[in-house]
Amino acid sequence: MEAFAYASPATLAEAGKLLGPDAEVLAGGTDLISLMKDYVLTPKTVVNIKNIQELHGVAKHGSGLRIGAVATFDELSMNPQIRTEYPAIHTAVLGITSPQIRNMGTAGGDLCQRPRCWYFRTGYGLLAMQDGKSLVPGGENKYHAIFGGGPAYFVSPSSLGPALIALDAKVTLVSPSGKRTVDASKFFVNPKDENTREVDLHPDEILTEIVIPSAAGIKNATYEIREREAMDWPLAAASVALKMSGTKISQAKVVLGHVAPIPWEAEKAEEYLKGKSIDAATAEEAGKLAVEDAQPLSQNGYKVQLAKVAVKRALLAAAGKA
Amino acid sequence: MPDYSWPPMEKRRAIGKPVKRADGLAKSTGRAKFPSDLNPPGLLFGYLLTSPHAHARVTSIDTSEAEKLPGVTAIRVINGAGKELQWAGQEIASIAATSEPVALDAARKIKIEYDILPHMVDEQDLSQVGSRAKPAGEVTTGDPEKAFQEADVVCEGSYGIPVITHCCLESHGQVVEWKGDTVNYWPSTQNVSALGAELARAIKVPVTQVHTDMQYMGGGFGSKFPSDLWGSECAELSKASGGRPVKLFLDRAQELKIAGNRPSVYGDIKLGAKKDGTFTVWQSKTWATGGMGGGNLNADQMPYVFRGVPNRKINHTAVSINTGSARAWRAPNNQQLSYITCSALEDLAAKLDMDALDFFLKNVDLTSRPEVYKYQLEKAAELMGWKKLAHKRGEGGSGHMRRGLGIGVNMWGGLGHDSTCRAIINPDGTVAVELGSQDLGVGTRTCIGQVAAETFGLPVSAVTVNIGRDSYPPSGASGGSTTIGGVSASTRKATVNALAKLFEVVAPALGTTPENLEAADGRIQVKGNGSKGLAWKAACAKLGVNKIQEEGKNVGRTAPREGLISQGAAGVQMADVSVDIETGRVKLNKLVAVQDCGLVVNPRLAESQVFGACIMSTCAALMEERVMDQQIGRVLNADMEFYKLSGIADIGDIVVHLDIRPEMDKRGVIGLGEPPAIGGIAAIGNAVANAIGVRVPQVPVTPDKVLGALAGRKA
Amino acid sequence: MIRFERICLNLCANPPRLDTISIDPKGRKEVSAVKDPKDPKGFSRRGFLRGVGIGSGALTTGILQTEADAAETSGGSQLSGPGEVPITLTINGKAMKTSVEPRMTLLDTLRNKLDHTAAKRVCDRGTCGACTVIMNGKVVYACSVLAIDAQGKQIQTLEGLSQNGKPHPVSQAFLDHDAQQCGYCTPGFVMATKDFLDHHPHPTEEQVKHGLGGNFCRCGTYMGIRKAALQAAQAMGGKNA
Repeated sequence: MEAFAYASPATLAEAGKLLGPDAEVLAGGTDLISLMKDYVLTPKTVVNIKNIQELHGVAKHGSGLRIGAVATFDELSMNPQIRTEYPAIHTAVLGITSPQIRNMGTAGGDLCQRPRCWYFRTGYGLLAMQDGKSLVPGGENKYHAIFGGGPAYFVSPSSLGPALIALDAKVTLVSPSGKRTVDASKFFVNPKDENTREVDLHPDEILTEIVIPSAAGIKNATYEIREREAMDWPLAAASVALKMSGTKISQAKVVLGHVAPIPWEAEKAEEYLKGKSIDAATAEEAGKLAVEDAQPLSQNGYKVQLAKVAVKRALLAAAGKA
Repeated sequence: MPDYSWPPMEKRRAIGKPVKRADGLAKSTGRAKFPSDLNPPGLLFGYLLTSPHAHARVTSIDTSEAEKLPGVTAIRVINGAGKELQWAGQEIASIAATSEPVALDAARKIKIEYDILPHMVDEQDLSQVGSRAKPAGEVTTGDPEKAFQEADVVCEGSYGIPVITHCCLESHGQVVEWKGDTVNYWPSTQNVSALGAELARAIKVPVTQVHTDMQYMGGGFGSKFPSDLWGSECAELSKASGGRPVKLFLDRAQELKIAGNRPSVYGDIKLGAKKDGTFTVWQSKTWATGGMGGGNLNADQMPYVFRGVPNRKINHTAVSINTGSARAWRAPNNQQLSYITCSALEDLAAKLDMDALDFFLKNVDLTSRPEVYKYQLEKAAELMGWKKLAHKRGEGGSGHMRRGLGIGVNMWGGLGHDSTCRAIINPDGTVAVELGSQDLGVGTRTCIGQVAAETFGLPVSAVTVNIGRDSYPPSGASGGSTTIGGVSASTRKATVNALAKLFEVVAPALGTTPENLEAADGRIQVKGNGSKGLAWKAACAKLGVNKIQEEGKNVGRTAPREGLISQGAAGVQMADVSVDIETGRVKLNKLVAVQDCGLVVNPRLAESQVFGACIMSTCAALMEERVMDQQIGRVLNADMEFYKLSGIADIGDIVVHLDIRPEMDKRGVIGLGEPPAIGGIAAIGNAVANAIGVRVPQVPVTPDKVLGALAGRKA
Repeated sequence: MIRFERICLNLCANPPRLDTISIDPKGRKEVSAVKDPKDPKGFSRRGFLRGVGIGSGALTTGILQTEADAAETSGGSQLSGPGEVPITLTINGKAMKTSVEPRMTLLDTLRNKLDHTAAKRVCDRGTCGACTVIMNGKVVYACSVLAIDAQGKQIQTLEGLSQNGKPHPVSQAFLDHDAQQCGYCTPGFVMATKDFLDHHPHPTEEQVKHGLGGNFCRCGTYMGIRKAALQAAQAMGGKNA
């Protein structure tokens, strides 16, 4: 880790002044500190935002829910509204099977964390380039993307992203020059060059909160598939949110996780589900459609199957038929 | 000669009892100080700068900027200009500084220029490795060609088991203080008695100047025998820093890259059998790597355990690649041999349409210990509920969850190593035993205490066990399951010798002769007459001012003749798994391990050993693998996030049955560390095949491979 | 040299997935001033700005102005470091003063500065759990907490668990069920178990398995740990609930 100066401001305004191109935001620390130890990030300044009161808390917000950026996974797991109204989020949080990570990791950090791609972590950049060519297609790509079409092949590591997108959440970003609100679905970026970050966050911005509209009448669920029970990254995941009209779906959101550089919205599946009621056959078909356009690499064809099954099982879980 | 023999089973008071780990509370309360925990005054922090390249020549190295950093006390170039580096992680320079961050900063300020040279880090496809392949063994027995012609069923398959690393939680390293003529050495090692001499040779000082001390160590599994380059570097850094102690432990990435690994084995196997299940012929073409040294395998051990098959044709190739070198890995070669053999045998059984258990039983005469394996197979089957659960391959259910059973077998030597113990009886009644041995966490300290307590007729808590220093009498390195035999025999002899001396002193006071005395229940008394005796303390008081100090020696080579210890362990593992055929996820329901290991000194600790070995097998069977990238020549998962070990929820139920029947007990003490770590991988792989109907040819059996096998692809 | 040439020839003859590596026998030349060729460009926030641009969301102003006033009274906005700064940590109820660079983790500070070595450094990347300590009543990975950020928090380490020389019920249960071998993961597991039981006083075995998913053992002591956690739960009698 390279040396840095540290500040722990109590207000967003103070934090905003400290941020910039050579600064990094410290929240839970579960990712940033490792990135600095590996010299993937070498900030001159680290700004701890956990002392900023307004970034805390998980609370009802109008008819929906507001999650402060530094609310921990543990707080999310305890929240009764999330458990009952947003099971898609609750399941994703419980999928983080390390209590330590749940206690430390924050909602904002989950969205802003960097990819776990081993080429990125070994120092080859977001696009894993060597001599102008990505190392991923000809390399060890069993954990890499099956959607997105390159040149980025890492997968979005966010646990909450797919569920938040399915639930139409928005994130608030604040900088000294103002505040903006971005759809969770737009916050994630599939970078086409090495200098684009994988989230729409400016150097002087702080993600302050996540706001989720009410999910009353919306059946939602998440299903994740991992190699082990102990703390592990999903190989594939799916979050679904189904607006019901009687027993039929009037609007469907199907978002895949860990299969693309961004949480991947499966539009064909969403379209197909409109007007359907959920049973094993429709769930199966939706799963098939969700992965129809997958472009697997040499070692990750299995993730197509996993994504398909994740969609199917998430749909059945949402319908209470798991 | 004194009678050293073990007391009969029914008379034992300490041996064979489930005594709790002597140092358990020290560990579970955090008091135990491991070498990496030591903070002697003036401590400096060492760091190794290692190669990012798999193959390169250093053309220049400039340490001047690094030397200017305040806090840097020494920088040493290990592989400087002109030196060829053969793997990513190979040592280039070492640094000592007053703090760890400064040592790391200094490493980044060392400027190195390299000529990058071509590398090879992937051995999976033998046709691609060219001259990296070297013939490494050919065996033909019987007439394999004829046997295949005469076989009713011939089965062919390809199997693979990749390189894994030891991943010791305490990484390799040491603290060294080289001040004047004294080198104080605190290594994390499996080899206390011999390590100082090795370091002394490396740093060119008389062995008498090196003092080795290690009370605890955080895992070795076969990788911590040598003093290593980083040991001598650490010493030199201390010397160059005015004799201040230096702590140098590998970081996690280095630990996984350069501190040892278990060689891979890949192979094409062809087998033949008669209709009735009689296994008649084995043919194997295997290859393996263990890094630059290639990957030797004792090819003649194939087929593993069932080596008595009359016709064999074996060909093995060693492949050298640009990775860190292999080291002994808890049962060297045996995991791989067991996996390859038992996988192929169960495939043959499936092709014969024969129950795997019946097949193994049918061929048990091909093993060196037919009766033992027969007993163990039947015992394991009973504990598994095999008869009830067993089904033909692929008939493991109809939904997406499929269940299956599988078998793996093991064998091992486990003869005790050379060991000398010094037993001391003090006039105040206190007793101590001293050995230059070490406790890797298997419970050596506890078992030594039990043996001494047994001899002296004292509670285990009354015995002080001193190990971990080379000032104590020498004891062998802890590897190959040799420790328990070595230390139990030497301790038995030393304590019997010491007790004999005590009897000589006490006998006159009791009006009898020494040979009529016995030590029991905290007393020295006339045999068969408990009322005629002295309390232990009163007896020892007769020593006046003279303590008794007697040695006992175990010599591995001749020990079996003496009856205290022997060798030759056998075991069977059976696995019960459920596989989700939609996701390829394998869940281990249950693992049964039946094991013989002769006389069991401490069944509680022995059971822990078997549990641990089974869990290690689970890691290797289901998730553990070193991932290399051929393009960049580097280990991609030199961490604990993607170098995956099982967590507490990833293992199912584990049932251990130690075969302690009297006829086993009579064999004396036999090492137990290695054998139960061998068969589990094959058992789990076989259970998956039984569940899903197709062979997943390579471990670890991860979802990609399961789905690949189900889709008919070669995973 | 001879071996090297043979390798080259071989690679030229059989290029297995080697299209991106140089097979020029003279070799490629690379200059490196860092220990690993970690992204030399780094990842600058300015880069993100260029790449992403502004305008994907609604811009508003004003919110920060009002809070600027509060900054006057807060010392936390002052930059500390990068050199050593004095800090005070509350460890096992005792205030301990030391000085660290801001980049020092809590783990390294405990181990290297304060001689509290029960917490171990194993993966050092927030995965294995060997460094587990309890901070404000919750388990955390001390390797991924900055010491400077741990000020003002109640930090409990394994050293502080024994009371009046009596081992904590979890430590005792680890002995009773032989839930340890080499012992290097043990301190982290004891802390994780203690914290788990504080929050789940009457667990089932299934809950134990899932409550300890952030710790790893290499020797394979999980069978004992499961039993130890259940025994300790009884011994603690749910009094921490």
